[in-house]
Amino acid sequence: MTTTARTLLQVNDLKKHFPLGGGLFGRSTRVLKAVDGLSFTVDRGETLSLVGESGCGKSTVAKALMRLYAPTAGQVVLAGRRIDDLSAGTLRPLRRRMQMVFQDPFSSLNPRMRVRAILAEPIRNFGLAKGSADLEAKIAALVVRVGLPREALGRWPHEFSGGQRQRIGIARALAAEPDLIICDEAVSALDVSVKAQIVNLLRDLQRELDLAMLFISHDLAIVEHMTHRVAVMYLGKIVEIGPRRELFLAPKHPYTQALLSAVPIPEPGAGRTRIVLKGDVPSPINPPSGCRFHTRCPQAFDRCRVEEPRLDTVGTGHLAACHLNDAAAPAVAA
Amino acid sequence: MTATVAPLSGPSRARDPSPQDAPHKGSPPAGLAVATPMPDVIPARKRRGPVWGYVRRNPTIVVGGILLLIVFLMALLAPYLGTVDPTALAPAKRTRVPSAQYWFGTDMLGRDIYSRVVYGARVSLLVGFSVALLASVAGLAVGLISGMVRWLDGIVMRIVDGMMSIPPILLAITLMALTRGSVQNVIVAITIAEIPRVARLVRGVVLSLREQPYVEAAVTTGTRMPAIIWRHILPNTLAPMTVQATYICASAMITEAIRGFIGAGVPPSTPSWGNIMAEGRALWQVKFYIVLFPAIFLSMTVLAVNLVGDGLRDALDPRMAKDA
Repeated sequence: MTTTARTLLQVNDLKKHFPLGGGLFGRSTRVLKAVDGLSFTVDRGETLSLVGESGCGKSTVAKALMRLYAPTAGQVVLAGRRIDDLSAGTLRPLRRRMQMVFQDPFSSLNPRMRVRAILAEPIRNFGLAKGSADLEAKIAALVVRVGLPREALGRWPHEFSGGQRQRIGIARALAAEPDLIICDEAVSALDVSVKAQIVNLLRDLQRELDLAMLFISHDLAIVEHMTHRVAVMYLGKIVEIGPRRELFLAPKHPYTQALLSAVPIPEPGAGRTRIVLKGDVPSPINPPSGCRFHTRCPQAFDRCRVEEPRLDTVGTGHLAACHLNDAAAPAVAA
Repeated sequence: MTATVAPLSGPSRARDPSPQDAPHKGSPPAGLAVATPMPDVIPARKRRGPVWGYVRRNPTIVVGGILLLIVFLMALLAPYLGTVDPTALAPAKRTRVPSAQYWFGTDMLGRDIYSRVVYGARVSLLVGFSVALLASVAGLAVGLISGMVRWLDGIVMRIVDGMMSIPPILLAITLMALTRGSVQNVIVAITIAEIPRVARLVRGVVLSLREQPYVEAAVTTGTRMPAIIWRHILPNTLAPMTVQATYICASAMITEAIRGFIGAGVPPSTPSWGNIMAEGRALWQVKFYIVLFPAIFLSMTVLAVNLVGDGLRDALDPRMAKDA
């Protein structure tokens, strides 16, 4: 059995390719494989974090799941119903169950709408309020829930700070009464102290409302603070996925190990051996053969250059795509 | 619940949530500041200052607006400003120099230039504002369609390119040759020439707006396309549109004058600044004032409209103080 009763979102082999170039008459032949075969599940009330470097396709995953981009291939199953092949009209009522918090708190709020109108939009669209008094009560409860005063309702977005705006963005996502919230770098644009407040708000909301959350981030310290499981992405693929503690304590993929070694420890003198990756992320237009990470992997060997590793179980609920975890791996593997 | 889809090949196969996976409950890990309740301080709304404050913030709008108001009142109250019939001929009194009786002198048919200039303001303003309004509405529609309906974009934009490739003056002469010269026809001709400019501007703005996260957010919160256009796209298009409309207004006034000058404009029976200058151009070297006075009024009015446009551009710029 691949799914349990708790499974809310199931993603099978999701791909999003962008055709490049292509002149007026010529068909484009080059393809940017932003997301290239992603599979994971998110349970009700669970947080799955998707981490990786800039440009590895994290945000594309979010947009493909939200159908802001049409996926190239793969399946997205939300609460047992396949949603990736629905028409826009059929999908619209189902959008309520999956909401998104955007990265930039400034451009994610319409500058010409008051907070009240911003929050009313999803409630009206999905017909969640019975009458205008109910609507007003729901809106008022939402702002209070995200820690803003009721007076905020009559204000314009530009009257708020970044952190406050992100609270409004969260309230808008909650207004739809979703089962799943996708946070696409939702705290990356915020100051450190504000960041912590928003992260804690998200965590509290998740516990209280039994929300499932897909938390997309590049900040491992924050991910460690709030997630249940972590999926590490590299060049459009998941290289390792597992429970938070296991993955942070015993990463099984050299890329995860390198990422974790780069997290600063806020303690003077505390050091750890940094694994410094050489070079840049290869282009997703022309990804390396074999294991996509072999060009930068400090432990790469011949097999990595020709054979692409599969995601294999390395622990309880813990999978990694690396030949080093094979029994047949050479002894030099750590 | 059982899944209704093909077997999973992904990482969920071995999923087994264990209690130890729950996020930290107690003290946050090192690296994260302890969240304190946010001081819910929203800066008190700035009250709009008195009139003087507005003038100080937007001097160009105020100066341009006052000039424009003067011209507007002049056009409206033309019969009461000491004018005579602007078309009354008096061959005996032709080409008089400016005097107490004929403030701006008379032309070669003995018509009072002051009266003609005052009445001429009606044509200029009518043409300027009608063209600005019509071209804005039509251009907005074309630009919205082109920006929102992707498969139509190529077709619409090639038509717009075609329209832009016709020189406006040539278009004007052709239209005048096909129809009778009248104020309406002048307005139609200039509007057609101006629509592509607005359409291109609006299309550009729409293309950038539709990628804005708040538009994506509207999509994900179930907003239908018409509501997205009406609530999210259109209001954010209006600021650059308004600015563009003022420039079109100014440019239409000048185009009207040019058309009058080359004889492809308002018929000579209706005084307009363009045709007063056109009629005076033969006598330019001896009776320069015939051209001078309408020219001064035209320049002043165009300047006023452009000042308002510049001021609006600054005032509507979201990077500027928003509550100004």
